[in-house]
Amino acid sequence: MAELWTGYAWPTIIIVLQIVAIIVPLMVGIAYLTYAERKVLAAMQLRQGPNIVGPFGLLQPMADGLKLLGKETVIPAGANRMVFVFAPMLTFLLALIAWAVIPFDDGMVLADINVGVLYLFAISSLGVYGIIMAGWASNSKYAFLGGLRSAAQMVSYEVSIGFVIITVLLCVGSLNLSDVVNAQRTVWFAIPLLPMFVVFFISALAETNRAPFDLPEGESELVGGYNVEYSAMTFALFFLGEYANMILMSAMTSILFLGGWLPPFDIAPFNWIPGPIWFALKIAFVLFVFLWVRATVPRYRYDQLMRLGWKIFLPFSLFWVVLTAGVLVTFGWLPS
Amino acid sequence: MIVQSLAFYLFAAILVASAVMVITARNPVHSVLFLILAFFNAAGLFVLIGAEFVAMILVIVYVGAVAVLFLFVVMMLDINFRELRVGTLQYLPIGITVGLVLLVELALVLGTWVIAPDLTTVVAAPTPTPDQVTNTHALGLLIYTRYVYLFQASGLILLIAMIGAIVLTLRSREGVRRQNISNQVSRRRDEVVAIRKVPTRGGV
Repeated sequence: MAELWTGYAWPTIIIVLQIVAIIVPLMVGIAYLTYAERKVLAAMQLRQGPNIVGPFGLLQPMADGLKLLGKETVIPAGANRMVFVFAPMLTFLLALIAWAVIPFDDGMVLADINVGVLYLFAISSLGVYGIIMAGWASNSKYAFLGGLRSAAQMVSYEVSIGFVIITVLLCVGSLNLSDVVNAQRTVWFAIPLLPMFVVFFISALAETNRAPFDLPEGESELVGGYNVEYSAMTFALFFLGEYANMILMSAMTSILFLGGWLPPFDIAPFNWIPGPIWFALKIAFVLFVFLWVRATVPRYRYDQLMRLGWKIFLPFSLFWVVLTAGVLVTFGWLPS
Repeated sequence: MIVQSLAFYLFAAILVASAVMVITARNPVHSVLFLILAFFNAAGLFVLIGAEFVAMILVIVYVGAVAVLFLFVVMMLDINFRELRVGTLQYLPIGITVGLVLLVELALVLGTWVIAPDLTTVVAAPTPTPDQVTNTHALGLLIYTRYVYLFQASGLILLIAMIGAIVLTLRSREGVRRQNISNQVSRRRDEVVAIRKVPTRGGV
C-alpha cells in the first residue's frame, strides 16, 4: 500500500498540480490576450476599446466568456455530429498539451524530454486537423472552403518552420528545449540568425491563421470560414484554441530565438528578475507584434500566400540551413 | 511496470480497434480519421519502447503531412463505395497472400529474439541502448556513416517520385494570365504613363 502511494499516487498528484499550475495562468493569459487585442487594435485605430465592464474594461473577457456559456449550442441538421463536436475539442486540447515541454526556467518544466522541439513541431502540425474536421463536418460550403484553405496553408508553412528549427538545432546540438535556451547564454539566436527569426515569425503568423494570413476565416469572402456553423461553447473552444496557439507560438519564438528565460544581459539589475518573468515579458512582446501586424498589414491574396511560402521562404530557409551548416563546419563551431 | 503494461495494452487495443475501423467504416473520411488515430497510437507504442525520435517523426510526417493530404483528397473526391465493393471478392486472394507474406516476415524478424537470442549480439552494428546515447544521436551515427549510401539512395528515390508527380500534374494552359511579380515591381513610370496635352473639344 505504501509502495502504491509513493510509487504512483503521490507522483500523479504532483503532476496534476503542476498541470493545473500551467493551465490556469495560460487560461488567464488567453482571456487577457483577447482583451489586449481589442485594446491594442483600438489604440492603433484611435478608439477606446472595451471600457465599460469593470475598471478600464478589465472584466470584459469574463463577460464574454459568460455570454458564450449561456448561449445555445446549435448543431446543423446536415452536420456530421461526432466530428462536428469533436473538432473544437481537438483544437483546444492540442493547444494545451504542447505546454508540457515548455521550460519556464532552468529545470522548471513538466516533461523534460530529449525531443522537445520535435514534440512542439508535431503538436503544432496537428492543429490543422481541428480546422479541417470542422470545415468538413459543418457540411457548408463556406466552412469547407475555409477548412481546405487552412489545411493547404498550414502544410505549406510548416515546411519552412521545419527548416528554421533545423537551423537553430544546428547551432544548439540538442533537441531538448532547455538546452536550446542554455545555448543562448552568450548571444540570443535572434542576432546571428536574424533572417531565420523573421521567416519563423512570419510562418508563425501563417501557422496560427493570424492576419495577414487569416484566409481560413476571411470574413469578407468566406463569412467566417471554418467556424461559420459553430456557436456558443464550441465556437469559444476554437477561439480559445487559436489564442492559446498564438501564445504557444510566441513561447516557441522566445525559446528558439529570444533566449527563453534568460535576461538580455547577465548583469546586476537584469538578473535580479526571475527567469519566468523574463519569459513572460518576451512572450508578451512577441504577442504585441502579432497584434501590431494585424492592425497594420492588409490580408494576403491566396495565391500570393502560397507563392510566399513555397517560392520564397522554402528556398531561402533551405539555403540558410546549408549556409549555417557550412559556416559551423568551416570555423569548427559545431556544438559537440 | 504496471503502468507501462497498462499503457501498452491501452495503445495496442486502440491501435488494433482503429485499424479495424479504417477498413470497416462506411464513410471514407471517418476511415482516414481512424487511420490518424492508428498512427497516433503507434507513436505512443514507439515512445513506450524508448524510440521517442521515431515516434515524433511518425507524428510529424505521417499524421502532420501525409494524412492531411489523404484527408484533403478524400474530402474532395466523391467516392462511391458501393461500386468499389463490387469487385472485392476478385481481389481477396491477392490481399490475403500479401497479408500472409507480411505476417510471416514479421514473425521471422520478431521471432529471432525468441528462437536465437544470441543472434542479436552479433549484428554488424549493435543498437546502443537508450540510456547511453539519445535516440537522435544513435540514429545519426548509423544513418550518416554505415548506411549513408542507402540513405542517399532513398532520398534520390523520393526526389524522383516528387519530380514524377510534378511532371504528371503540370500542364501549361493557353490564355492564362499569370502574375509576374518581378515584372510588376520593375515597371517604370515613363513606360506606362504618358502625359498628353488634350485640347479642349479635341479629345485624345
